[in-house]
Amino acid sequence: MKCSEFLHELTNYLDGVLDEKTKVELENHLSWCHNCYVVCDTTKKTIEIYRDSQLYELPEDLRSRLRSAIMAKCQQQKRRGPQSV
Amino acid sequence: MGAIQNKLGAPITEELALVQAAKKGDDSAFEELVRRYDRNVFRIAQHITQNREDAEDVVQEAFLKAYGNLAQFQEQSKFYTWLVRIAVNEALMKLRRRKPERTVSLDEDIKTEDDSLPREIADWSPNPEQQYTQAELREILSKTIQGLPPGFRTVFVLRDVEGLSTEETAAALDLSVPAVKSRLLRARLQLRERLGRYFQKRESGDGNK
Repeated sequence: MKCSEFLHELTNYLDGVLDEKTKVELENHLSWCHNCYVVCDTTKKTIEIYRDSQLYELPEDLRSRLRSAIMAKCQQQKRRGPQSV
Repeated sequence: MGAIQNKLGAPITEELALVQAAKKGDDSAFEELVRRYDRNVFRIAQHITQNREDAEDVVQEAFLKAYGNLAQFQEQSKFYTWLVRIAVNEALMKLRRRKPERTVSLDEDIKTEDDSLPREIADWSPNPEQQYTQAELREILSKTIQGLPPGFRTVFVLRDVEGLSTEETAAALDLSVPAVKSRLLRARLQLRERLGRYFQKRESGDGNK
């Protein structure tokens, strides 16, 4: 496997959807190609850092305010009867 | 190196029961759906709009639209995927209104295939996120993802932050599966490269002092 082929399969590899044969070839490539190993490892870390970051969490007070507003508007809409929104 | 696991695994039958009750006019069932997904919708909206007020509006508008159009929801897909689709459209509309000088669509920024090929290969320090406080890290992550074109960051957020499958992401964004995969790869590689500026191993010292 060449570096460009590795890159092509990287997303499938990280998502765990590679067939066994390609996975073995890719891991073989990673065992000797340091650059690709680093790219793979740091890409995986990138995903994990974002996933675990709790970026843009909705604060509880805002959350309940939004929910009340949504439900109040839903009630209004219901009273007005069906219409396209 | 193992695969990344998805985190969203809410039971679908329970969701469907809530949707069916809401369709029959049970507002408490709809409110439960709001409770279930409001945080996800807010996160997606803020990732796309990069603006808190817009994200708040999107949450309200998306749920209101879902409520008004519940009868049209076919129940062949997950309610959540359907809701995400509505929310993404609302968020993109906000973005277009805010940035009228440039077109905003999920189809833009398709340049050459190698625009996101890794140029910077240097390894990161171990546990790089621990070099920063929580607030600093959030600032870095937020600034970094803002630099991505909307079409890339939307795919990244749905797939990698919210844990939608490739197929669900494609359905929510009206893209083909290969298009989602190609954007996801490029989004991941571009984020990796940009984060590298903060997380790279220092030349001297171990960066953990």
